[in-house]
Amino acid sequence: MSDTRTIDVSRLAPSAFGTRSLMWWGTMGMILIEGMAFALAIGAYFYLVTRSDGWPPGAIPPPQLRWGTLNVAILILSLMPNQLTKNAAERVDLRGVRIWMVVSLGFALAFNIVRIFEFARLNVWWNENAYGSIVWLLLGLHTAHILTDFLDSLVLAALMFTGPIEEKRFVDVSENAVYWYFVVLSWLPIYGVIYWAPRLI
Amino acid sequence: MSPRELPPAAPDVRALERTWEDPPGFFGWFTHVDHKSIGKRYLVTAFGFFVLAGMLAALMRLQLSRPDNTLLGPDLYNQIFTTHGTTMMFLFAVPVMQGLGVYFVPLMIGARSIAFPRLVSYSYWMFLFGGIFLYVAFFLSAGPDVGWFSYPPLAETLYTPSKRPDVWAQLITFTEVASLAVAVSLITTVFKLRAPGMTLNRIPIFVWGQVVTSFMVIFAMPAVMLASTALILDRLVNTHFFDTQRGGDALLWQHLFWFFGHPEVYIIFIPGTGIVSTIITTFSRRPMFGYLAVVLALVSTAFMGFGLWVHHMFATGLPQLGESFFTAASMMIAIPTGIQFFCWIATIWSGRMSLKTPMLWILGFFVIFLIGGLTGVQLAAVPLNIQVHDTYFVVAHFHYVLIGGAVFPLFGAFYYWFPKITGRMLGERLGAWAFGLMFAGFNLTFFPMHVLGLHGMPRRVYTYQAALGWGTLNMTASLGALLLFVGVLLFVVDVVQSLVYGTTAADNPWEAGTLEWATTSPPPHSNFVRPPTVAGRDPVWENAPDQPVVVGLRDDVRDVLVTHVLDAEPDHRVEFPEPSVWPLFTAMATTLLFIWSIFTPWGVVYGSVPLFVAMTGWFWPKTPVEGGTQPWPIAHRTLPMPGEMPGAGGAI
Repeated sequence: MSDTRTIDVSRLAPSAFGTRSLMWWGTMGMILIEGMAFALAIGAYFYLVTRSDGWPPGAIPPPQLRWGTLNVAILILSLMPNQLTKNAAERVDLRGVRIWMVVSLGFALAFNIVRIFEFARLNVWWNENAYGSIVWLLLGLHTAHILTDFLDSLVLAALMFTGPIEEKRFVDVSENAVYWYFVVLSWLPIYGVIYWAPRLI
Repeated sequence: MSPRELPPAAPDVRALERTWEDPPGFFGWFTHVDHKSIGKRYLVTAFGFFVLAGMLAALMRLQLSRPDNTLLGPDLYNQIFTTHGTTMMFLFAVPVMQGLGVYFVPLMIGARSIAFPRLVSYSYWMFLFGGIFLYVAFFLSAGPDVGWFSYPPLAETLYTPSKRPDVWAQLITFTEVASLAVAVSLITTVFKLRAPGMTLNRIPIFVWGQVVTSFMVIFAMPAVMLASTALILDRLVNTHFFDTQRGGDALLWQHLFWFFGHPEVYIIFIPGTGIVSTIITTFSRRPMFGYLAVVLALVSTAFMGFGLWVHHMFATGLPQLGESFFTAASMMIAIPTGIQFFCWIATIWSGRMSLKTPMLWILGFFVIFLIGGLTGVQLAAVPLNIQVHDTYFVVAHFHYVLIGGAVFPLFGAFYYWFPKITGRMLGERLGAWAFGLMFAGFNLTFFPMHVLGLHGMPRRVYTYQAALGWGTLNMTASLGALLLFVGVLLFVVDVVQSLVYGTTAADNPWEAGTLEWATTSPPPHSNFVRPPTVAGRDPVWENAPDQPVVVGLRDDVRDVLVTHVLDAEPDHRVEFPEPSVWPLFTAMATTLLFIWSIFTPWGVVYGSVPLFVAMTGWFWPKTPVEGGTQPWPIAHRTLPMPGEMPGAGGAI
């Protein structure tokens, strides 16, 4: 009995980054779910286009380009501090994480403020017609995501300042950055649909 | 020696069990995160909803047993059939299958826990609260009454000004949040927590079924959540998604709903086939014939399942080319299921079948599901589909498919896994009687409905006139329902009796080959005192006598081994979370938000405040800094040494 063969795992690391971590898979699951919801909402948009003579219907002007486009710029710029946050997390560099998380949060805050102006310049209300409904739904869906991500990043950043800090928190920071990529990359097609589809169709 | 026997230098079993035990007692009960505890709750709760839905069905059968019956009025009848369908789909079929997955997937892959246990606990509370919400509404005469697919324009405020469709729409959100959470947890569990050596091509077929289903959940459920949200918006804040007057379209609803609704059938059926493969393997006493073909059949069924939804809409006047495409796709999906059938037959044929009770249910499945499948192929043809659209032929078809494809395998699963969950055997004789009654009762109830449908009896009518001549067949169906009811009752008697007097179950009473049988019945809190490694598809049958076991996991914290996706080589270890009451609080806050938002859009705004507080409480670490206690340097992220590979031989 004493020669039981064993695999000793005691020397394996207590956390890992990227695809090796459970958090990565959990985050990817959420991204797939929400990406699917975005894709279907965009599908619904174009379905409604086929139900209408002219798009936008009637004499409704398309949404004003200025604020949406500004937000595209803000989000693309935010990828830089976001990646630096991720790098710092994977170096387990607490100081770097703190600095770049705060910078990233600044970008997210700016984005959310500009978002208010976007809603105000859609040039249509949700209850006017189906076009208004779907445009508000698309922008609302994306806002729900970016607001949620802003709030949970805020909590995570607060935790990185107050502690207690465990090693797995760095994995959380890294995966949080992955999720921000999703929020940014999903904005590009939604921006295209909301702002450019009415101009090009 | 087999992996479950303890070597002399055993770990501190008591410390290990103390670490993995959830708090006992009434208040402790609300904090459980053990997947076995949550899985059991899922199974019991879903079975409770099955019984409720069955009672509603019994009421409908009573009402329809003779013509011009006045037992139920049309308003109550509408609520009853809607609540019956909604319960069976959202509160029974999906959660019961996921509950089996939550309980058994970690055991079958040799893991100590499910991934994200607190999320799974949250999902259970969401499922429970959603179900309670529906039934409270039902008993307040606010039960949904527009059919389980809630079509606009009927479901719009113009035609249904009450809150009934909102109850339906928000129930959807509850149950979808729950099943999406379980889906993500199961996928992560299977991909990252498998026992060393369990490569992708050694994953048990039941587990494959759960993975495939979870992916389907992820791709299908967002569609119905989006649709039901749009419906609530139409009803609450006057959007016009489904309002034809203002550029919307009622068919948009049907597309979104069936883009979810058809995959839903396979979300229910694929775990059923996983059960069938498992039970057939065990009772044929040989490994599954055509393992690869069966797994690929599951995957291709899932893919094709997303290309069929329009066959629910043949009566809406779609372009003919589209109809032809979806007819072809609907017929094509019979092919992978056919492959599975032939693999099952080959396994039984070439093995030595032992006809224990679980196997009876599988044989029942063969007959019933086959009939359902055959009418399915018929319904794929547009002319016949339009002829029998909205008749009892369709009711007969989908009950054959769903009861045959999911409920019969499920009862087989109850008999098969009850010993593992409870440590007691169910009665063989009583089980055979329950099977016989349910099989006869089911066919007596639903077979006549084919004929009724061909005679033109429409679905969802609360009564019919005697002159139509449908009385005899309806009475037959109602008598069959009585038999079915007695069968289910016998099963419940069997369960209660076995829990009290049942024979004590051995660790592996069926001499099965998968890992859940390599631990005690019921399993210890840590699942496996010595986590196993795997050398074949049926490890209990195939593992070498000196198959290595995993050592070196801590027994003072919930230490879990994470392995690589493809080859399941040891990668790193993760400390799993402790029990927590925050998932419950978060579910309560979510419930508040969901119900509030039926009445005013501000419910979303104000309701999100407690939700944010609860989620922060969930996330915020409670324990003092762990950092100092870890003997491993952070930089050490290396892969296992070559000698540590499972099966590479040599003690370390």
